[in-house]
Amino acid sequence: MTEAAAAASDAHSHSTPREEKAFGFWLYLMSDAIIFALLFATYVVMAGNVADAPPPHSQFDLTHVFAETMILLASSITFGFATVAIGTGRRPAVQLWLLVTFALGLGFVLMELTEFRSMIAAGAGPDQSGALSAFFTLVGTHGLHVSIGLVWILVMMAQVALKGLSVPVVSRLERLGLFWHFLDIIWIGIFSVVYLPGLIE
Amino acid sequence: MKQQASTGRSLTQYLTGFVLALVLTAIPFAIVATGAAPRAQSLAVVTVAAVVQVFVHLWYFLHMNFSTTPRENILAFAFAAILILIMLGGSFWIMFDLHSRMR
Repeated sequence: MTEAAAAASDAHSHSTPREEKAFGFWLYLMSDAIIFALLFATYVVMAGNVADAPPPHSQFDLTHVFAETMILLASSITFGFATVAIGTGRRPAVQLWLLVTFALGLGFVLMELTEFRSMIAAGAGPDQSGALSAFFTLVGTHGLHVSIGLVWILVMMAQVALKGLSVPVVSRLERLGLFWHFLDIIWIGIFSVVYLPGLIE
Repeated sequence: MKQQASTGRSLTQYLTGFVLALVLTAIPFAIVATGAAPRAQSLAVVTVAAVVQVFVHLWYFLHMNFSTTPRENILAFAFAAILILIMLGGSFWIMFDLHSRMR
Protein backbone atom coordinates (compact mmCIF):
# COMPACT_ATOMS: atom_id res chain seq x y z
CA MET A 1 0.00 0.00 0.00
CA THR A 2 2.75 2.46 0.99
CA GLU A 3 4.83 1.18 -1.90
CA ALA A 4 1.93 1.79 -4.25
CA ALA A 5 1.49 5.29 -2.85
CA ALA A 6 5.21 5.99 -3.22
CA ALA A 7 5.11 4.70 -6.79
CA ALA A 8 2.10 6.87 -7.48
CA SER A 9 3.75 9.99 -6.11
CA ASP A 10 6.95 9.11 -7.98
CA ALA A 11 4.98 8.70 -11.18
CA HIS A 12 3.44 12.06 -10.50
CA SER A 13 6.76 13.87 -10.40
CA HIS A 14 7.04 12.99 -14.08
CA SER A 15 3.58 14.32 -14.78
CA THR A 16 2.24 14.50 -18.30
CA PRO A 17 1.25 17.80 -19.94
CA ARG A 18 -2.35 16.72 -19.49
CA GLU A 19 -1.93 16.34 -15.73
CA GLU A 20 -0.14 19.67 -15.58
CA LYS A 21 -3.06 21.31 -17.36
CA ALA A 22 -5.49 19.67 -14.95
CA PHE A 23 -3.46 20.98 -12.01
CA GLY A 24 -3.19 24.45 -13.54
CA PHE A 25 -6.93 24.59 -14.04
CA TRP A 26 -7.49 23.39 -10.48
CA LEU A 27 -5.32 26.29 -9.24
CA TYR A 28 -7.48 28.67 -11.31
CA LEU A 29 -10.64 27.24 -9.70
CA MET A 30 -9.17 27.69 -6.22
CA SER A 31 -8.31 31.35 -6.93
CA ASP A 32 -11.78 31.84 -8.40
CA ALA A 33 -13.21 30.40 -5.18
CA ILE A 34 -11.27 33.07 -3.27
CA ILE A 35 -12.76 35.81 -5.47
CA PHE A 36 -16.25 34.48 -4.74
CA ALA A 37 -15.49 34.15 -1.01
CA LEU A 38 -14.61 37.86 -0.92
CA LEU A 39 -17.76 38.78 -2.86
CA PHE A 40 -19.74 36.74 -0.28
CA ALA A 41 -17.95 38.59 2.54
CA THR A 42 -18.77 41.93 0.87
CA TYR A 43 -22.43 40.99 0.58
CA VAL A 44 -22.70 39.86 4.21
CA VAL A 45 -21.02 43.07 5.42
CA MET A 46 -23.11 45.30 3.13
CA ALA A 47 -26.47 43.49 3.45
CA GLY A 48 -27.75 45.95 6.05
CA ASN A 49 -26.62 49.08 4.16
CA VAL A 50 -29.87 49.63 2.29
CA ALA A 51 -29.86 53.45 2.22
CA ASP A 52 -33.45 54.36 1.35
CA ALA A 53 -33.76 51.68 -1.32
CA PRO A 54 -35.74 48.46 -0.88
CA PRO A 55 -33.58 45.86 0.95
CA PRO A 56 -32.44 43.07 -1.42
CA HIS A 57 -34.44 40.39 0.41
CA SER A 58 -37.70 42.24 -0.20
CA GLN A 59 -37.19 41.37 -3.88
CA PHE A 60 -36.46 37.66 -3.43
CA ASP A 61 -38.93 35.02 -4.55
CA LEU A 62 -38.48 31.56 -3.03
CA THR A 63 -40.14 29.70 -5.93
CA HIS A 64 -37.97 31.51 -8.47
CA VAL A 65 -34.77 30.73 -6.55
CA PHE A 66 -35.82 27.11 -6.06
CA ALA A 67 -36.44 26.73 -9.80
CA GLU A 68 -33.02 28.27 -10.58
CA THR A 69 -31.40 25.88 -8.08
CA MET A 70 -33.11 22.82 -9.58
CA ILE A 71 -32.19 23.83 -13.13
CA LEU A 72 -28.52 24.31 -12.23
CA LEU A 73 -28.42 21.04 -10.26
CA ALA A 74 -30.06 19.24 -13.19
CA SER A 75 -27.42 20.72 -15.52
CA SER A 76 -24.73 19.29 -13.23
CA ILE A 77 -26.13 15.76 -13.49
CA THR A 78 -26.61 16.06 -17.27
CA PHE A 79 -22.96 17.10 -17.57
CA GLY A 80 -22.19 14.03 -15.47
CA PHE A 81 -24.08 11.91 -18.03
CA ALA A 82 -21.93 13.49 -20.77
CA THR A 83 -18.79 12.55 -18.80
CA VAL A 84 -20.04 8.95 -18.45
CA ALA A 85 -20.70 8.87 -22.22
CA ILE A 86 -17.13 10.14 -22.83
CA GLY A 87 -15.85 7.22 -20.77
CA THR A 88 -17.65 4.75 -23.03
CA GLY A 89 -16.79 6.68 -26.21
CA ARG A 90 -20.39 7.25 -27.33
CA ARG A 91 -20.08 10.47 -29.31
CA PRO A 92 -23.80 11.13 -30.07
CA ALA A 93 -24.63 10.67 -26.37
CA VAL A 94 -21.86 13.13 -25.42
CA GLN A 95 -23.29 15.71 -27.83
CA LEU A 96 -26.86 15.11 -26.64
CA TRP A 97 -26.00 15.58 -22.95
CA LEU A 98 -23.82 18.62 -23.68
CA LEU A 99 -26.77 20.11 -25.55
CA VAL A 100 -29.15 19.40 -22.64
CA THR A 101 -26.62 20.93 -20.23
CA PHE A 102 -26.37 23.99 -22.47
CA ALA A 103 -30.17 24.36 -22.59
CA LEU A 104 -30.46 24.11 -18.80
CA GLY A 105 -27.60 26.57 -18.29
CA LEU A 106 -29.23 28.99 -20.72
CA GLY A 107 -32.53 28.64 -18.84
CA PHE A 108 -30.73 29.46 -15.60
CA VAL A 109 -29.08 32.59 -17.02
CA LEU A 110 -32.40 33.76 -18.51
CA MET A 111 -34.17 33.28 -15.15
CA GLU A 112 -31.43 35.30 -13.46
CA LEU A 113 -31.75 38.09 -16.03
CA THR A 114 -35.53 38.10 -15.48
CA GLU A 115 -34.95 38.56 -11.76
CA PHE A 116 -32.41 41.35 -12.32
CA ARG A 117 -34.75 43.16 -14.70
CA SER A 118 -37.72 42.99 -12.36
CA MET A 119 -35.55 44.21 -9.46
CA ILE A 120 -34.28 47.17 -11.48
CA ALA A 121 -37.87 47.94 -12.57
CA ALA A 122 -38.94 47.88 -8.91
CA GLY A 123 -36.34 50.53 -8.05
CA ALA A 124 -33.92 47.99 -6.56
CA GLY A 125 -31.11 48.29 -9.11
CA PRO A 126 -27.40 47.97 -8.33
CA ASP A 127 -27.01 51.78 -8.08
CA GLN A 128 -29.58 52.17 -5.30
CA SER A 129 -27.67 51.02 -2.21
CA GLY A 130 -24.52 49.30 -1.01
CA ALA A 131 -26.50 46.14 -0.27
CA LEU A 132 -27.92 46.05 -3.80
CA SER A 133 -24.49 46.76 -5.36
CA ALA A 134 -23.04 43.83 -3.42
CA PHE A 135 -25.99 41.60 -4.41
CA PHE A 136 -25.73 42.35 -8.12
CA THR A 137 -21.92 41.97 -8.06
CA LEU A 138 -22.00 38.56 -6.35
CA VAL A 139 -24.92 37.03 -8.23
CA GLY A 140 -23.94 38.74 -11.49
CA THR A 141 -20.36 37.43 -11.31
CA HIS A 142 -21.73 33.91 -10.91
CA GLY A 143 -24.13 34.47 -13.83
CA LEU A 144 -21.24 35.74 -15.94
CA HIS A 145 -19.25 32.59 -15.14
CA VAL A 146 -22.22 30.43 -16.18
CA SER A 147 -22.54 32.44 -19.42
CA ILE A 148 -18.85 31.87 -20.19
CA GLY A 149 -19.44 28.17 -19.42
CA LEU A 150 -22.26 28.19 -22.01
CA VAL A 151 -19.90 29.54 -24.68
CA TRP A 152 -17.33 26.92 -23.65
CA ILE A 153 -19.94 24.13 -24.01
CA LEU A 154 -20.73 25.29 -27.57
CA VAL A 155 -17.01 25.39 -28.42
CA MET A 156 -16.55 21.86 -27.07
CA MET A 157 -19.62 20.57 -28.97
CA ALA A 158 -18.04 21.92 -32.14
CA GLN A 159 -14.72 20.28 -31.28
CA VAL A 160 -16.39 16.93 -30.53
CA ALA A 161 -18.20 17.19 -33.89
CA LEU A 162 -15.08 18.13 -35.87
CA LYS A 163 -12.26 16.34 -34.04
CA GLY A 164 -14.08 13.51 -32.29
CA LEU A 165 -13.25 12.34 -28.78
CA SER A 166 -9.49 12.75 -29.21
CA VAL A 167 -7.21 12.92 -26.17
CA PRO A 168 -6.92 16.76 -26.16
CA VAL A 169 -10.68 17.17 -26.63
CA VAL A 170 -11.47 14.79 -23.77
CA SER A 171 -8.93 16.60 -21.60
CA ARG A 172 -10.64 19.95 -22.32
CA LEU A 173 -14.06 18.42 -21.62
CA GLU A 174 -12.75 17.28 -18.24
CA ARG A 175 -11.73 20.82 -17.33
CA LEU A 176 -15.07 22.16 -18.59
CA GLY A 177 -16.72 19.62 -16.27
CA LEU A 178 -14.69 20.81 -13.30
CA PHE A 179 -15.68 24.41 -14.15
CA TRP A 180 -19.37 23.58 -14.52
CA HIS A 181 -19.59 21.57 -11.27
CA PHE A 182 -17.59 24.28 -9.49
CA LEU A 183 -20.22 26.86 -10.50
CA ASP A 184 -22.94 24.71 -8.95
CA ILE A 185 -20.95 24.71 -5.69
CA ILE A 186 -20.80 28.54 -5.79
CA TRP A 187 -24.59 28.58 -6.31
CA ILE A 188 -25.06 26.49 -3.14
CA GLY A 189 -23.29 29.37 -1.36
CA ILE A 190 -25.48 31.96 -3.06
CA PHE A 191 -28.82 30.40 -2.15
CA SER A 192 -27.62 29.54 1.36
CA VAL A 193 -26.00 32.90 2.17
CA VAL A 194 -28.02 35.38 0.11
CA TYR A 195 -31.50 34.08 -0.68
CA LEU A 196 -32.57 31.69 2.09
CA PRO A 197 -31.42 33.81 5.07
CA GLY A 198 -33.19 36.78 3.44
CA LEU A 199 -36.40 34.78 3.14
CA ILE A 200 -36.50 33.32 6.66
CA GLU A 201 -39.43 34.91 8.48
CA MET B 1 -4.87 3.15 -16.51
CA LYS B 2 -4.70 6.84 -15.69
CA GLN B 3 -6.94 7.45 -18.69
CA GLN B 4 -9.52 5.07 -17.32
CA ALA B 5 -9.31 6.50 -13.82
CA SER B 6 -10.08 9.99 -15.08
CA THR B 7 -12.74 9.27 -17.72
CA GLY B 8 -14.40 6.05 -16.59
CA ARG B 9 -16.79 7.78 -14.20
CA SER B 10 -19.65 5.61 -13.17
CA LEU B 11 -23.25 6.55 -13.62
CA THR B 12 -24.01 5.33 -10.10
CA GLN B 13 -21.58 7.87 -8.68
CA TYR B 14 -23.32 10.79 -10.41
CA LEU B 15 -26.80 9.54 -9.53
CA THR B 16 -25.87 9.04 -5.87
CA GLY B 17 -24.46 12.58 -5.78
CA PHE B 18 -27.56 13.93 -7.49
CA VAL B 19 -29.98 12.30 -5.04
CA LEU B 20 -27.93 13.48 -2.04
CA ALA B 21 -27.77 17.00 -3.50
CA LEU B 22 -31.56 16.97 -4.06
CA VAL B 23 -32.20 15.99 -0.44
CA LEU B 24 -29.70 18.57 0.86
CA THR B 25 -31.41 21.24 -1.26
CA ALA B 26 -34.96 20.23 -0.36
CA ILE B 27 -34.33 20.38 3.41
CA PRO B 28 -33.23 24.07 3.63
CA PHE B 29 -35.82 25.25 1.09
CA ALA B 30 -38.57 23.36 2.92
CA ILE B 31 -37.64 24.79 6.29
CA VAL B 32 -37.66 28.33 4.87
CA ALA B 33 -40.86 27.79 2.86
CA THR B 34 -42.82 26.41 5.80
CA GLY B 35 -41.31 28.70 8.43
CA ALA B 36 -41.43 25.63 10.69
CA ALA B 37 -38.44 26.59 12.84
CA PRO B 38 -37.35 29.81 14.57
CA ARG B 39 -34.84 32.02 12.71
CA ALA B 40 -31.70 30.78 14.49
CA GLN B 41 -32.51 27.10 13.99
CA SER B 42 -33.46 27.68 10.35
CA LEU B 43 -30.13 29.46 9.73
CA ALA B 44 -28.27 26.58 11.36
CA VAL B 45 -30.06 24.01 9.17
CA VAL B 46 -29.39 26.08 6.01
CA THR B 47 -25.69 26.39 6.92
CA VAL B 48 -25.15 22.72 7.77
CA ALA B 49 -27.03 21.52 4.66
CA ALA B 50 -24.92 23.88 2.49
CA VAL B 51 -21.58 22.73 3.92
CA VAL B 52 -22.53 19.06 3.56
CA GLN B 53 -23.78 19.64 0.02
CA VAL B 54 -20.50 21.36 -0.96
CA PHE B 55 -18.64 18.21 0.10
CA VAL B 56 -21.16 15.98 -1.72
CA HIS B 57 -20.49 17.95 -4.93
CA LEU B 58 -16.71 17.82 -4.41
CA TRP B 59 -16.83 14.08 -3.82
CA TYR B 60 -19.38 12.88 -6.39
CA PHE B 61 -19.14 15.53 -9.15
CA LEU B 62 -15.57 16.87 -8.93
CA HIS B 63 -14.27 13.41 -7.92
CA MET B 64 -12.13 14.73 -5.10
CA ASN B 65 -10.95 11.94 -2.81
CA PHE B 66 -7.91 10.79 -0.93
CA SER B 67 -6.78 8.02 -3.31
CA THR B 68 -6.85 9.27 -6.93
CA THR B 69 -6.75 13.06 -6.45
CA PRO B 70 -3.10 14.22 -6.77
CA ARG B 71 -1.65 15.46 -3.52
CA GLU B 72 -0.91 18.90 -5.03
CA ASN B 73 -4.60 19.38 -5.77
CA ILE B 74 -5.55 18.57 -2.19
CA LEU B 75 -2.82 20.89 -0.89
CA ALA B 76 -4.02 23.71 -3.17
CA PHE B 77 -7.58 23.09 -1.97
CA ALA B 78 -6.52 23.16 1.69
CA PHE B 79 -4.48 26.33 1.12
CA ALA B 80 -7.41 28.06 -0.60
CA ALA B 81 -9.73 26.94 2.22
CA ILE B 82 -7.37 28.41 4.85
CA LEU B 83 -7.05 31.69 2.92
CA ILE B 84 -10.84 31.88 2.58
CA LEU B 85 -11.36 31.26 6.30
CA ILE B 86 -8.78 33.93 7.23
CA MET B 87 -10.20 36.48 4.80
CA LEU B 88 -13.85 35.83 5.70
CA GLY B 89 -13.17 35.68 9.43
CA GLY B 90 -10.91 38.74 9.34
CA SER B 91 -13.36 40.78 7.27
CA PHE B 92 -16.31 39.94 9.52
CA TRP B 93 -14.33 40.56 12.70
CA ILE B 94 -13.08 43.98 11.57
CA MET B 95 -16.24 45.18 9.85
CA PHE B 96 -18.72 44.10 12.52
CA ASP B 97 -16.43 45.45 15.26
CA LEU B 98 -16.30 48.82 13.45
CA HIS B 99 -20.03 48.65 12.92
CA SER B 100 -20.74 48.21 16.64
CA ARG B 101 -18.29 50.99 17.58
CA MET B 102 -19.88 53.48 15.20
CA ARG B 103 -23.39 52.86 16.39
